Amino acid sequence: MRTSERLPGHPDFLWATADPKSSYDVVVVGGGGHGLATAYYLAANHGITNVAVIEKGWLAGGNMARNTTIIRSNYLWDESAGIYEHSLGLWEGLEEELDCEILFSQRGVMNVAHSLGDVREGRRRVNANQLNGIDAQWLEPDEVGKLAPVLDVTDRPRYPVMGATFQPRGGIAKHDYVAWGYARAAAALGVDIIQDCEVQGFETDGDTVTAVKTSRGRIACGRLALCAAGHSGVLASQLGVRLPVQSHPLQALVSELLDQVLDTVVMSNAVHVYVSQAHKGELVMGAGVDAHLGYGQRGSFHVIEEQMAAAVELFPVFARAHVLRTWAGIVDVTPDASPIVGHLAQWANAYVNCGWGTGGFKATPGIGSVFADTVAHEAPHRLAEPYALDRFVSGRLIDEHGAAAVAH
Amino acid sequence: MLTLPCPFCGPRDETEFGYGGEAGVAYPERPADLDDAAWAEYLFLRANPRGWFTERWVHRAGCRQWFTVRRHTVTNEVVPDAAAQEVR
Repeated sequence: MRTSERLPGHPDFLWATADPKSSYDVVVVGGGGHGLATAYYLAANHGITNVAVIEKGWLAGGNMARNTTIIRSNYLWDESAGIYEHSLGLWEGLEEELDCEILFSQRGVMNVAHSLGDVREGRRRVNANQLNGIDAQWLEPDEVGKLAPVLDVTDRPRYPVMGATFQPRGGIAKHDYVAWGYARAAAALGVDIIQDCEVQGFETDGDTVTAVKTSRGRIACGRLALCAAGHSGVLASQLGVRLPVQSHPLQALVSELLDQVLDTVVMSNAVHVYVSQAHKGELVMGAGVDAHLGYGQRGSFHVIEEQMAAAVELFPVFARAHVLRTWAGIVDVTPDASPIVGHLAQWANAYVNCGWGTGGFKATPGIGSVFADTVAHEAPHRLAEPYALDRFVSGRLIDEHGAAAVAH
Repeated sequence: MLTLPCPFCGPRDETEFGYGGEAGVAYPERPADLDDAAWAEYLFLRANPRGWFTERWVHRAGCRQWFTVRRHTVTNEVVPDAAAQEVR
């Protein structure tokens, strides 16, 4: 390899690349944020270190590399406040916990209202958040304009800004650093991180999943923890379990690097765009999901066009920016826009964490700790209990379509 | 963007269509007889395959007819379904 004294040397590897052993106490399927965090907390909080994280591609190359990194906890229902606020609390201490920089920036998250219905829904959510001790506030249009001067708060836009909910403790983080931080910390505690290792099936004995058949051989498992996001339904079907999830492409894009013009996160549910400006200077924007099922990690361009139309209408200055690249991740959407976390009733030792749909990144530390606790104790953590699969039979749904802020 | 073969109007852009999800999900004949698990299955459980999928579309900005196609959920290759000729 050509070397140059102008280029820095290759940095030290953050974690050791492991070859699969024949057996682990816990096999975590999925080397994204949730899988890595689950493995880390199994080791750090519960002393379970004989753990493998198996990933079919490369570490954090799925939705962990494709999300828009927004972190907030201003969901409507008590169950959601529980898990998302637990997660936000962990975000606030994560750099210290992992001893690694993650560029966590609590620049605030704003959800803009464009109609009387939005205003009522927004105010209701602020009130619900405050009852749960979450730092939500209602902003009038002039206050919105002060926090985001490039946002057009006049009555010119087709859907004018009529106010916004605001959570000052919300913000963004550097997604890659979060994954690498968890991977390094987990590996240091003895977790094996195994990439290029695709699940091809499962071996079972009675009501027990005894091993995972992978592209790198058979790996016996004491317990199985699925953290496969958009591919959870495919994995579960290999265990004979049907999950109420539908996998859709969800697209996002970035602009070229620009001077800092936006120092908070602005989300608009009604016109389907959410924007923040990354530390480097790109505008990062997300769209609504593509309507159809899809596993191709790409979506249709008309969705991007609609998203850009909304962005330029709200932020006229963005008309001068250019789209640098667009991409899609595969999100697993549930009927109530809330996740599924818990034990798979058909199997004695299998657990699933999926259905985070369009909002899983913000939950990474929270669900990692809660899912690890659930797997370690073989009983649902208090915050995971409402998210059991049986809610679709009991009817006790947790409808977060409003607060999910992404159209599905 | 997908190009979808409307059986009545021919191939058209995806933006003219609405999505209907999995094909062949019939309303239960005797809904009152279903227990909670069976009702949940009808309401919430749909196929979600990585591969060939039989699905419904409606030509919303065209002839407004529903039809069925088979689409590969990774490659987005679309082939008309035999049942596509049958308006349901």
